[in-house]
Amino acid sequence: MRFLFKTDYEQDIRLFKHGGQRFWYGLLALLLLAAPYLAGEYLMSQLQFICIYSIVGLGLMLLVGFTGQISLGHAAFLAIGAYAEALLQARGVPFLVSLPAAALLSAAFGWVVGLPALRLKGIYLAIATLAFNVIIEEVITRWEGLTNGNSGLHLKPIELAGLKLDGDASFYYLCLGLTGLAVLALLNLLRSPTGRAFVAIRDSEISASCMGVNLATYKTMSFALSAALTGVAGALYAHKVTFISPEQFTLLQSIELVTIVILGGVGFVHGAILGAAFLIVLPQLISLAKDYLPADVGGTGLQAVVFGLVLVAFIIFEPLGLYGRWLKIRIWLELFPFYRRGMFRRQKSYMKSERLR
Amino acid sequence: MSFFRVENLGIRFGGVVAVDKVSFEVPRGQVFTIIGPNGAGKTTIFNLIGLIYPATEGRIFFEDEEISGLTPHRVADLGIARTFQNIELFEHATVLQNLLIGRHRHRRTALWQELLFLPSVRRAELAQREAVEKVIDFLDLAKYRDSLVAGLPYGVRKVVELGRALATEPRLLLLDEPSSGLNPEETDDMAFWIEDIRRHLGITVLMVEHDMNLVSRVSDRVLALNMGMAIAEGTPAEVQANPAVIEAYLGKAA
Amino acid sequence: MLLAGVAQGCVYALVALGFVLIYKATETVNFAQGDLMMLGGFFALTASALMGWPYWATILFAVAAMAVVGMLIERLVLRPVLGQPAFTVVMITIGVGYVLRGAVTMVPGWGSDTYTFATPFADATFKLGEVIFAVQQVAVIVMTAALVAVLYVFFRFSKLGVAMQATSQNQLAAAYMGIPVRRVNMMIWGLSAGVAAFAGILLAPVTFVHSNMGFIGLKAFPAAVVGGFGSVPGAIVGGLIIGVVEAFSGRYLPEGFKDVAAYVVVLAVLLVKPSGIFGETARKKV
Repeated sequence: MRFLFKTDYEQDIRLFKHGGQRFWYGLLALLLLAAPYLAGEYLMSQLQFICIYSIVGLGLMLLVGFTGQISLGHAAFLAIGAYAEALLQARGVPFLVSLPAAALLSAAFGWVVGLPALRLKGIYLAIATLAFNVIIEEVITRWEGLTNGNSGLHLKPIELAGLKLDGDASFYYLCLGLTGLAVLALLNLLRSPTGRAFVAIRDSEISASCMGVNLATYKTMSFALSAALTGVAGALYAHKVTFISPEQFTLLQSIELVTIVILGGVGFVHGAILGAAFLIVLPQLISLAKDYLPADVGGTGLQAVVFGLVLVAFIIFEPLGLYGRWLKIRIWLELFPFYRRGMFRRQKSYMKSERLR
Repeated sequence: MSFFRVENLGIRFGGVVAVDKVSFEVPRGQVFTIIGPNGAGKTTIFNLIGLIYPATEGRIFFEDEEISGLTPHRVADLGIARTFQNIELFEHATVLQNLLIGRHRHRRTALWQELLFLPSVRRAELAQREAVEKVIDFLDLAKYRDSLVAGLPYGVRKVVELGRALATEPRLLLLDEPSSGLNPEETDDMAFWIEDIRRHLGITVLMVEHDMNLVSRVSDRVLALNMGMAIAEGTPAEVQANPAVIEAYLGKAA
Repeated sequence: MLLAGVAQGCVYALVALGFVLIYKATETVNFAQGDLMMLGGFFALTASALMGWPYWATILFAVAAMAVVGMLIERLVLRPVLGQPAFTVVMITIGVGYVLRGAVTMVPGWGSDTYTFATPFADATFKLGEVIFAVQQVAVIVMTAALVAVLYVFFRFSKLGVAMQATSQNQLAAAYMGIPVRRVNMMIWGLSAGVAAFAGILLAPVTFVHSNMGFIGLKAFPAAVVGGFGSVPGAIVGGLIIGVVEAFSGRYLPEGFKDVAAYVVVLAVLLVKPSGIFGETARKKV
């Protein structure tokens, strides 16, 4: 059982609260850096996907988990980032310029989407973002002159400062690096006034406003930042799959992105990473399990059923997500044998009207 | 020049006139209390001053500048802070984080600096922590500093709410029923704090209160409301002796 | 063409109605409403094709079967999360939708094929003056109107209907008045699923029966928003509006606009008057 004895303000601000954290995260960093030498090609590919979806997860976590907004249309930002990168690269723009450009373009759209958020709450905001997604998808499909419509666009490997990043390891390091930067940026944000303002908006808009938080500025900022991160992920995604078309960015994709946040654990930075990992790993597990099931139970239906069941089960039994479950396990181990069963029990309550929030 | 003035303030919700042409002035450095039976419109006036509801008539002046049309966060920037009757704290954050939000209007760092967490941001953070620590000392909240608000007892949460308002370093503090739900000891503490706030911190206090003992003890001037209208104003003793006030609370003599 | 729009609008209206019923009672947004409609269509298909029942019998069967399914969903999936924020409940309904879609493709005999559905109105037309009407579409409108009338009578005059209205306005007060709130919620889900089944049967001749049929249900959201969330007449009106707008944009606007027309309309409504035509706004009391 570890007690943190605080003696100066720095301890509240530091990223690593104690030596143990530094050790474990350091170990994780070493493992991740050594991955190309330890893992095979398939695992490397999955790790790249996990990095990409982690960045999206971080973006969504910022918006949903920390600012309390809803977005059922984030695939649109993924699309904007991907198409921006594809189109800019086709015109010979270097990666070091096209990536920030993709992020900025996504951020601009995110800012625009954030404007209705000032007046809309809850389900209305969800439907507005949903509508946004559908409209963007349709625009991309119809604007064939620019985007090649349903025939899609191809991408060449990234060229960074003269180096061609077409190997597994080099692309992986790029993804890993960007993921690390995203995590760091988010953590920095959370320990500074802007991050606190976001959390204040999530928990009580009225009192946040009365404490001096400009709701308009911060809500649109949250949307813009979230969209920017997703745009970066979109650019990476485009290079990963090397071929993009509008049907990769549908509403179903948006819903999958939201499940990253829910399965990982709403409100925890780790949740974004865990959720992304789970989302990538789940289909593999299902494929493995199919070998043990009778022959006629199968097809794409199984994946949908398992996905839906997992989502429902998590929400009912583990609302704090994967990271929440990990926290409970860790506390159980720390407090052993004094762990109390009811520590995390939710109170049974009658429905509280959200219309009046 | 007046410190805080309200002129003919009124609001109607549909056909119901909740506040009807109320005017009063709060001199700097005083504790001004609004009393009245339930439903008199006291908290509504607070919501009007805090610009959460838009007034249908009347104007509000702070240091002779009209603030009637501003947004709540602008009002906070000007130095007016408030507490809420039904505690509006940030439940999933610690007491410390709640108080730090109060420092929001004193932030000096930009988004890009915060994303990179430059040394300037670090310095700003340490300064904020120090300022908040002063509030924690003032209100004896030290042992709750790192506790999540959601698990704290009601009395402590009211104090945290007060602390958060104080953390903004306001010039005018609006307290909405500071002693509701508190036991006699906690009410006593609250009375001491309000006196200290007025005397040592030099903050002007405008409050709504039901507890007449507390009102008599700390207030300089009292305004009595009934059914949205002002019916008496004066020192606590004057107002409590006013026949119209007695009638409002206790009803007409048979 | 107007008729086609109105007929399509009726289907949207029915799906929107089903999910406004649930929203009014439990403030849950049921993203699986379209998939309930799809399942209802499959039940009807089974009754008709495999068991050879007449059209009207299949309607009753599908509605009854879906009512049971709806009640089961409420009991098993939604009751445990009572009291949680709206967002999580929405995600649960999305999960339920996934399960329904996947499960349907896994059932032998259903799978992911597309099936046609025989109705007594197929291809018949009649002339009224100079205009040719498709019997199918008129039937849809008539049947929708009939259902709405039945529901109106139900809510207004029957004990259960009044109980449902009570729970939708104030759960705690209804409970104190002796209304078994949880059971009523369950029945609202059953009713809603039944309405969805009805919609599915009406839709089946147009889109055919297949596992992704429920996506049309997504357009019910714009319908409910336009009409005003939480308002039953609003759902109907909203559905009709969306149906007609779609029909007109399919005819007069370039290709592809038809699909997004509903969403553009909903965005416009959200920006201008989020509470919709019949909706109400509420504000928090501090």
